[in-house]
Amino acid sequence: MTTIDTSKPIPDPAGPAEDNYLTHSSGIMSWLGTLDHKRIGVMYLVSILSAFFVAGMFALLIRTELMMPGEDFLTQDQYNIMFTLHGAIMVFLVIIPSVPASLGNFVLPIMLGAKDVAFPRLNLMSYYLWVIGAIFAVSSIFLGGVDTGWTLYVPYSTRTDAAMGGIIPVATAVFILGFSSIFTGLNFIVTIHRLRPPGMTWFKMPLFLWSIYATGILQVMATPVIGITVVLLMIERTFGLGIFDPSLGGDPVLFQHFFWFYSHPAVYIMILPAMGIVSELIAVHSHRHIFGYRFIAFSSVAIAIFSFLVWGHHMFLSAQSPLINVVFSAITFSVAIPSAVKVFNWLATLYKGSISLNTPMLYGLSFIFMFGIGGLTGLHLGTLATDIHLHDTYFVVAHFHYVMMGSALIGMLGGLHHWWPKMTGRMYTEFWGRIACGLIFVGFNVTFFTQFVLGSLGMPRRYQDYTGPGWSETTTALYHKYHFVSTMGSYIMALGFFITAAYLIHSLFRGRKAPANPWGGRSLEWQCSSPPPHDNFSSAPHVGDCYDFSVLEWDEQEQGYHWRTDLKHEPGEA
Amino acid sequence: MTDNEQHGVGHIVPISILAATGGGLLVLTVITVFAAGFDFGPANVWIALSIAAVKASLVVLLFMHLLWDRPFNGVVFVASIAFLAIFIGFAMTDTFEYRPDIDTGNAVQVQQKLDAIEP
Amino acid sequence: MTVTEPSTHDHPDFLQHHWDTPKQQFEAGKLGMWLFLATEVLLFGGLFVLYAVWRGNHPEMFKFGSQFLDTKLGAINTAVLILSSLTMAAAVTMAQRNKRGALMILLSLTLAGALTFLVIKYFEYSHKFHEGYYPGMKFYEPPGSGSLSWDNDPTPMVHGAAAAHATEAPSPLVAANFVMPDAEPTTIAPPVVAPAGVSQEALDALYDDIVAEHHDDHPVHPLQDPNRPDNAHMFFNIYFLMTGLHGIHVSAGVIMLTWLLVGASSIPDRWPQITRFFLLKRSFGADWFTPVDLGGLYWHIVDLIWIFLFPLFYLI
Repeated sequence: MTTIDTSKPIPDPAGPAEDNYLTHSSGIMSWLGTLDHKRIGVMYLVSILSAFFVAGMFALLIRTELMMPGEDFLTQDQYNIMFTLHGAIMVFLVIIPSVPASLGNFVLPIMLGAKDVAFPRLNLMSYYLWVIGAIFAVSSIFLGGVDTGWTLYVPYSTRTDAAMGGIIPVATAVFILGFSSIFTGLNFIVTIHRLRPPGMTWFKMPLFLWSIYATGILQVMATPVIGITVVLLMIERTFGLGIFDPSLGGDPVLFQHFFWFYSHPAVYIMILPAMGIVSELIAVHSHRHIFGYRFIAFSSVAIAIFSFLVWGHHMFLSAQSPLINVVFSAITFSVAIPSAVKVFNWLATLYKGSISLNTPMLYGLSFIFMFGIGGLTGLHLGTLATDIHLHDTYFVVAHFHYVMMGSALIGMLGGLHHWWPKMTGRMYTEFWGRIACGLIFVGFNVTFFTQFVLGSLGMPRRYQDYTGPGWSETTTALYHKYHFVSTMGSYIMALGFFITAAYLIHSLFRGRKAPANPWGGRSLEWQCSSPPPHDNFSSAPHVGDCYDFSVLEWDEQEQGYHWRTDLKHEPGEA
Repeated sequence: MTDNEQHGVGHIVPISILAATGGGLLVLTVITVFAAGFDFGPANVWIALSIAAVKASLVVLLFMHLLWDRPFNGVVFVASIAFLAIFIGFAMTDTFEYRPDIDTGNAVQVQQKLDAIEP
Repeated sequence: MTVTEPSTHDHPDFLQHHWDTPKQQFEAGKLGMWLFLATEVLLFGGLFVLYAVWRGNHPEMFKFGSQFLDTKLGAINTAVLILSSLTMAAAVTMAQRNKRGALMILLSLTLAGALTFLVIKYFEYSHKFHEGYYPGMKFYEPPGSGSLSWDNDPTPMVHGAAAAHATEAPSPLVAANFVMPDAEPTTIAPPVVAPAGVSQEALDALYDDIVAEHHDDHPVHPLQDPNRPDNAHMFFNIYFLMTGLHGIHVSAGVIMLTWLLVGASSIPDRWPQITRFFLLKRSFGADWFTPVDLGGLYWHIVDLIWIFLFPLFYLI
């Protein structure tokens, strides 16, 4: 229970580091059957990073195949399976749950000074649904394979003798993972509504919570539609009803409407939590009050609502009417505005801040740079005239990798580094953190910026090859240059990720013990020990302005921040 | 009977209100079946949907307690309807835009025959 | 800012450790349930989009198809669900007033309503299948033609090694009876083609028998009806998809109502070590009736969806 008890002396935030949530109980069942949101968050983190590794390996195989023209070591069918599963695993198993399920689960209740999320059992069920979904998704490789692309477009995906047999497992996986996502979002919305402590009004919440809240709206409202979509897909494939297949009297564009009505809000599910993390990173690591708190808070909700109105921009070339094309294009332009509002607020926060260029901050700055590129290139694609040429080219691939990987994943890595001391009680080696961030940044930009050029030169996406009948020698030579460079970039990036894994795992065993507040944050999670105790707080945390850093000072001995000793707490004042 | 909230955590709906709501719903069902016997042309759909909407409002506000509940619960429900309306609305723009191009097949003659049989 | 004591007051057994008061826990449960109902609205909503788009493009298909649904049974089902909603809401009131006996009676009546709905639905569906009103291409196979195949790839696409397999022709019955709508107005649908080995007279006699047993108000089988629109099977696609999904939700409701009945009885008080695996550590009472309330909300949504399905399919 959180109370604002102002009669007691200021609690010692460094607290006892023994008997934390990790040591509270032992044995595999205490983890598999846990209701502790922190343990669930950790299990999610391990699972999600494992899935990231698998799908990342697929990506390296794809890039290696494309490095040289001609069929190298993947047949056409194998290549199709690779990019389909790379996409499906990354979208549904990694990026959508990444921040909410792992970092959100861990941090959200602690930021609220609460003991747990609203529905702990539902939380555990969400995790197991993720696991079951992952099993279905991976099993599809062995049950016939999937070669439709992660978008599962009909009528190819519904023809039993056309697309491969792994579609039903993948569709089932998507359905189950959808419910995992829905329950997580539902849980977080109710938690934020009902478990805020006294004194923490809506506009006193950390901005990360605003973004998690907006994400929850999307998860609850949009995800059921992908559920019914894959159910219809499975029914159509099994029974051939003729809902989507034109030769049976159906409408294939209707499938695209169904699919993108969810999948567009889905990309905002991916980006909003990462933006929330960046708000925290920029403010804390420049020791400056966030600029334009209300603008950032409202922009999160605005993005959530607007995202339901733009799904047709994935369908500009589907022969839907010109009227709706114009409508979707116009609204797409306007959905860029709240995102831009956030970027300018972050920049204004940095201005005249006391900037610490440690690893989380480097990730935050990388986010701003790469989201700028990713977001702006979305406008190229949202403009009808240019999209005609850029649709289904590498330009699209580059755009969505800049926003999904260069922004959402980078934001998640930044949050992981920011909260790593809190979660594990260990500090990682800052030197290697910066090196790895640099490698990832350079590698990513080399990989994907060249793909913008490739796309505008006309290289189509989802092609296993760019040579042979129909391709001119000059075209092949031209594309080859860019593909080669792009693949080199991907290897640099992979090196960065491997180094990250290495020093993070190393820190678990050899890392310096972390203080309660290594970075100087004001939100409530920095007022409990690192790692937190089982019940999150050993003494009541103080709710105040979570971006007012003037009350903190650096303690050389504990290598962390604590309340300024010259400040007293007046009753009624936090 | 008084609504004794000493031990309870929620407002209690009297049985009389519930019974009246149930009665109202049954009456509206009779009305909608009766109205279906008449042909108002394209307005058929809207009349049927309007009566259904009234019935739905009774269920949501009274049976589901929303009239006495926290307003945000209602916001959640209305929001889901609003997003559904957006989905249907935008997906149907092509229906209006492409109406001249629809492959009608035998639809015109079928419609005429059906109108002759069942006005 | 309020100062509250650490929990020295009695923490009721149903109050979970992270909540301060039962009211807070109850209201959180309510909000959670409304959010779940929002997901149900959007899940069904996808099928309503399907209905809306198809009706907008082919209204004659619906006008034709609704003749084959039994309006009487549909209206009875509507009344059954409305009454079961009434008993469910009354059950919540009884739970709040700690009237355990009345609660169990009302929950039983609600469950009876749910089962009645499913029974009527069973009769409706089996009647349809008997008459050959199937979803999909099977609609075009006359009843009794012996074909149980669902393999409906009339123009299969060639894929890799499956190219050899891909040249299978569609079933001749389907090819004969399903006419793709094209730009030019065609003649009215031709009479149905008999399957191989069956004479046209035998087929007509079969249809006459079927029509004689009819409960709906249409005198002719759709496959024999010259007024059949080209896409007639789509009506049954959408009908079976929507009422089928709704029926699945009613069935889930049956399970939920049974669970509530157990919770309302004295079983959890007598065997809590077993019932706690089903989230029933104790039985319901005026202090804790949340599952009844939340289960009731679910049941009302099921009723609400049917309130829309009934006119959309049976009446207009």
